[in-house]
Amino acid sequence: MKILYFAWLRERMNKGQEDVAPPEAVTTIDQLIDWKAANDEGFALAFEDRAIIRASIDDELVDHDAPIANAREIAFFPPMTGG
Amino acid sequence: MWVRIQREPFDPGAESNAFFATDGAAGATVTFTGLVRSTPDKPIDALILEHHPTMAKKQIERFATEAMEKFELVDIAVIHRFGEMKVGEVIVQVMAASPHRQAAFDGANYVMDWLKTDAPFWKQEVTSDGAKWVEHRKADDDAKNKWNTETPPKSV
Repeated sequence: MKILYFAWLRERMNKGQEDVAPPEAVTTIDQLIDWKAANDEGFALAFEDRAIIRASIDDELVDHDAPIANAREIAFFPPMTGG
Repeated sequence: MWVRIQREPFDPGAESNAFFATDGAAGATVTFTGLVRSTPDKPIDALILEHHPTMAKKQIERFATEAMEKFELVDIAVIHRFGEMKVGEVIVQVMAASPHRQAAFDGANYVMDWLKTDAPFWKQEVTSDGAKWVEHRKADDDAKNKWNTETPPKSV
């Protein structure tokens, strides 16, 4: 699946997107963050304050306990400031 | 109902006039226009808006559709820009049309309140010190929550 990063999260990650293949045991957004943080120091640092980070799966906003099965694209971003 | 996400500046008056002209069923229209502002105590040179293109369009279309149903609007349209914009330029415009005035006010207000917190745009303020990400405002959450409604999950 593809992960997208936006705004200061993109800056902290030094990239706007990456392809990942998490193991089957990783079934939720929260577990995906845990798994990435355990394997990527930069990610762990960027996601330090994970409670404020929002997520979407295939363009739908989701909570961190949402299942990621069948997700094609997961986006992570800070609170939104449009309008 | 239509939503446009674009980099280019647009003429807010021309958009309003074109919107008025589309339907005879409306007795009232409300146009909200959001601008880049700079104040003496907090001067900025420009704003840069980043966005998630596909999700931004879908989210705003969802809020506009909800507003159509909730307030029984005749029509609603939203234009939201991304990229760099100078002080005084238009960022966003919402136009709502309804048989009577209150629904048009409410429809435009509803879309703006949801858009501020749940449409994927992120602002950076550009000053002489460089660019700085704008922090999310608690007041925007409160404004959204006053509608006392969860965005319904997508029907499957």
